[in-house]
Amino acid sequence: MELTSQFIQLIFSGLTIGSIYALVAIGFVITYNITGVLNFAQGDFAMLGAMLAITFVSMDIPMGLGIILSIGIVVLVGGIFERTAIYPARNASLPTLIIITLGVAIAIRGLAILIWGTQPRSLPPFTENNPINVLNAVLLPQSIWAVGISVVSLIAMHYFFNKTFIGKAVTACVVNRSAARLMGIKPEWMSFISIAVSAGLGAIAGIIIAPISGATYEMGLMIGMKAFVAAVIGGLTNAPAAIIGAFMIGILESFTEGLWTSGYKDAISFALLLLVLFFMPNGLFAKATGKRV
Amino acid sequence: MLQVKDVHTYHGFLHVLKGISFELNKGEIFAIVGSNGAGKSTLLGTIAGIYQQREGSITYEGEDIGKQKVEAIVKKGICLVPERRQIFDALSVKDNMMLGAYHRYRHSKRTLQKDIDRCYELFPKLKTMEDRPGGLLSGGEQQMLAIARGLMSNPKLMMLDEPSLGLAPLIVKDIMNILDQLREEFGTTIILVEQNVKAALKVADRACVMERGEIAIEGESKALMKDPRVRDAYLGGKSQSIPV
Ligand SMILES: Nc1ncnc2c1ncn2[C@@H]1O[C@H](COP(=O)(O)OP(=O)(O)OP(=O)(O)O)[C@@H](O)[C@H]1O
Ligand SMILES: [Mg+2]
Repeated sequence: MELTSQFIQLIFSGLTIGSIYALVAIGFVITYNITGVLNFAQGDFAMLGAMLAITFVSMDIPMGLGIILSIGIVVLVGGIFERTAIYPARNASLPTLIIITLGVAIAIRGLAILIWGTQPRSLPPFTENNPINVLNAVLLPQSIWAVGISVVSLIAMHYFFNKTFIGKAVTACVVNRSAARLMGIKPEWMSFISIAVSAGLGAIAGIIIAPISGATYEMGLMIGMKAFVAAVIGGLTNAPAAIIGAFMIGILESFTEGLWTSGYKDAISFALLLLVLFFMPNGLFAKATGKRV
Repeated sequence: MLQVKDVHTYHGFLHVLKGISFELNKGEIFAIVGSNGAGKSTLLGTIAGIYQQREGSITYEGEDIGKQKVEAIVKKGICLVPERRQIFDALSVKDNMMLGAYHRYRHSKRTLQKDIDRCYELFPKLKTMEDRPGGLLSGGEQQMLAIARGLMSNPKLMMLDEPSLGLAPLIVKDIMNILDQLREEFGTTIILVEQNVKAALKVADRACVMERGEIAIEGESKALMKDPRVRDAYLGGKSQSIPV
């Protein structure tokens, strides 16, 4: 393969995987901004979404319906998770809350083994998946779906938080919690919404990646970790920066894998995390004032 | 409409309110003045439900609201315009005002614009900057926005914590006029906490002086204006006594 086409190829796959990380990373940022919790079960919502969609499709439920059902169920699971695990501990310290989310993540993985076993499964592509030739590089339609759906979801999130009344109320809660309460806004309700929405984003990520790299009970761990790195690049509070971070990681990984060896691709992301944490603990794109909410 | 009876509030171990009692009639403007740290903000916060009193009771229109949460109290028509304005600085002026109506949004979506226009009549300047982020407003503009946001909740009892803080005398006068107007037009009852004692006593019907968590003096504001203790300590009286 000539160099430019290989380059384009790696960019394609980097963008595809980056769009998955972006969805999950936004979930991290939303949850952290509103509840102050780092939710390490975020990646496992992706796994749940993927596994549920695969199950529904194998039950001959039409794919579109199956996907919507899966997302709906994961949103519900996210909501239940918030009510039963986060809400009762809302006054606990951050480490305690993180441990709770790690515990829930392990529990979800365990449950997934019981239900779906340890064998990898896969979801058929959303549409016919005949490769498209772009400058001698191969582009799979599923990649277009992946990038397209995540871009649409991210735009929808932007619309939700900036244009809808309830979204503005959530934003108000992030900006000034005590003033928001004085308006009658219930922070606990906002925290419920934010975790449920983040779970939904995770589910979407899992479902669009499943036809490309399959699904296993443990896929959430790596997706969650990479998305966390992306979120940290965004200083945990800056959504656009987290999205850029997610695509950076995706592309970095695909180049490491393509030009070097796949063994190092995970290591590279975590090296990036350490670099960011050492040298720019407020994130790559932190403003000089660095007001943390 | 409001009875505060022997209220004690603590911040942790700190005994801040040491038995506060007063009553408020409908349509009245009641001013609370007093030195820094006297507990004025804590008193408003306790009425608004931010802080829980440990002893005593707060009755609003015949109902005990002492143990209720902030969100429930807002719904009853009690609104606190907090100290230092607390604008949502990332949100536009208009969004700030809309969120003021959060607790009644579902029932009054259609009339909301009318209420916003009503606020713009009171504060014409806000209309010209309705799309600007609240954080970019000047102090005075933010204070107007904070009051407008409070009004959007349709309060029957409005509590303002130092609305004149850091504002030019002319704007302070404007704000006091608007409070008077609110009372005249809508019968809004107002509790006004102020460092600007002169302005507060001028607009208020009754007033009290808080000292170290207790009400030291209470009465008609006209009488307070003549009270030597108030004159000396807060109105720049002749004698050099230190405020107790
Ligand atoms: N959230 C809090 N936690 C702990 N202590 C507090 C808190 N808020 C106020 N205090 C303390 O309670 C006392 C009364 O404070 P408060 O804010 O009610 O006074 P204030 O009369 O409003 O003063 P100022 O005129 O300076 O606004 C002060 O000693 C203050 O340090
Ligand atoms: Mg105060």
